[in-house]
Amino acid sequence: MNAEMILFFIFGAVSLIGAIAVISFRHPIYSALSLIVTFFAQAGLFVLLGAHFVAAVQVIVYAGAIMVLFLFVIMLLNLGTLSEKGALTGKLKGVATVLGILLAIQGIYIAVNALNNTEVGSVEAQEKAAALAENPIETYDIGKLLFSEYLLPFEVTSLILLAALIGVIVLVKRENQTEN
Amino acid sequence: MDIDLLQDIIIPIVKILFIAHLLIIGVMAMIWSERRVSGWMQDRLGPNRVGPQGLLQPIADGIKFLFKEDLIPNHVDKPLYVLAPAMLLVPAMIAIAVVPFGSTITIAGIDIPLQIADINIGILYILAITSLGVYGVVIGAWASNNKYSLLGGLRSSAQMISYELTLGLAIIGVLMLSESLSLRKISEGQGANPWEWNFIIHFPAFLAFTTAMFAETNRLPFDLAEAEQELVAGYHTEYSSMKFAMFFMAEYMNMIVGSAVVVTLFLGGWHFFGLEAIGGPFWSGVISFAIFFVKTGIFLFVFIWVRWTLPRFRYDQLMNFGWKFLLPVALSSIVVTGTLYITTNGNRLWIGIGNVVAAFIIAAIVAGMLAMDNNGKSAVQNTPAAAPLRGLDAVE
Repeated sequence: MNAEMILFFIFGAVSLIGAIAVISFRHPIYSALSLIVTFFAQAGLFVLLGAHFVAAVQVIVYAGAIMVLFLFVIMLLNLGTLSEKGALTGKLKGVATVLGILLAIQGIYIAVNALNNTEVGSVEAQEKAAALAENPIETYDIGKLLFSEYLLPFEVTSLILLAALIGVIVLVKRENQTEN
Repeated sequence: MDIDLLQDIIIPIVKILFIAHLLIIGVMAMIWSERRVSGWMQDRLGPNRVGPQGLLQPIADGIKFLFKEDLIPNHVDKPLYVLAPAMLLVPAMIAIAVVPFGSTITIAGIDIPLQIADINIGILYILAITSLGVYGVVIGAWASNNKYSLLGGLRSSAQMISYELTLGLAIIGVLMLSESLSLRKISEGQGANPWEWNFIIHFPAFLAFTTAMFAETNRLPFDLAEAEQELVAGYHTEYSSMKFAMFFMAEYMNMIVGSAVVVTLFLGGWHFFGLEAIGGPFWSGVISFAIFFVKTGIFLFVFIWVRWTLPRFRYDQLMNFGWKFLLPVALSSIVVTGTLYITTNGNRLWIGIGNVVAAFIIAAIVAGMLAMDNNGKSAVQNTPAAAPLRGLDAVE
């Protein structure tokens, strides 16, 4: 058991505990904070994989920006503690159950597939991990790939983001007009 | 992976201890100089009783904070209330880890880079860690369960999100020319003389970055989260003794880290007219550290200078300034730097001129649009981001 394995288990455990805490806490602020812990632990896992850029982006975008907005909304709406029954009632409960089962099947499928195809802890896998840790993927390479091989998906993504941006502006404008 | 006891464990620990203590001593020095400089600017004395020139005043303050009663009000959310000061202090402390505070020093034949960790995404690490600082403010504000605190927290989170964008975009031009995200490489990429430093080539981006950093550190003229005339003390109204001191320390640590980052990115790092190359491998390291130290100190003085010179922004002014002026300027620096880099083969003079011209054009357009926009209407109502303020008006 080397240092990377120990770190992997620490980050993995923290990530799992955080994820369970998200759905266990009765108060939305605590859930949001647990989600931040999970994102942080996942950033740690990315660092172990040699994906430093992805780790930084994970923290900047998810932990740093999106979750701040979550907290902002929770505080602004002044959401209280959930009742004993929880947030899901009626039809929502059925939808959530179906989606949850689908997600669980998918997760188990991926895990089984990965276990069958790669021998965890094999010499080959460890060599690969060591090579990645020695030469982490440079941001330079990611940029190059984005603008050559993955140019189309990249541009489509930016268009989707632009559409969302315009949508937000339109929504806010309309609200202002009715108010005046 | 072989672990060398000296190289991998002892030297990093010494560096970490050195920098951590320097940071805490820096906070004390900043508290002293803030009070003395403000006294000087307002033509009064400031604290001058404890020790020579009042230099021991921060220690007296610290002792006072430690011995005060640690009050936890009954109406607070206790776990988060206790956690919040640490959530602000920890990001402020660990951000310094990737800042290179000098070139390389050679002691007993071992080359030691004057930096705790030179990771290849250095600047992204800084952005990521500083973006976490907002949680301390927001959680502290919410856990206090106090109307004024909550308002401070809401203002702070909206402000941080708005100015973070500028912070991130303003450095893209610098990254394009230095072709690296590592703070050491960015530092080394700037020449020995002041006209080769990034703040000349990327002048509008430098101003935008500095302004956004003032906002990120919650300093005047951006201290709407505290705004003592409106919100008692904003997000830390309910905090006393050492917990309040931790908020206070975090603010000053953020300033020190921010200054060090500006010096690294824009003000040439440890370079100064080739002075850093004088002397042997030992003394050049010491001198480069001294140059970096002095530059950071001068920039910290600018922080104090601005605080005691400018009045606070109004909330809508803050949002207008951030979104309609700073953000376009930062965006223009990316477009202009990129375009001129290709068309003039990376001629830095043209890039510098182009950046300034573009910033002026944007300033003129924004000023014109704002003038047309503000025809008698209250600006607060026109700003979408002012919603939290409107919401509270409606409640009262």
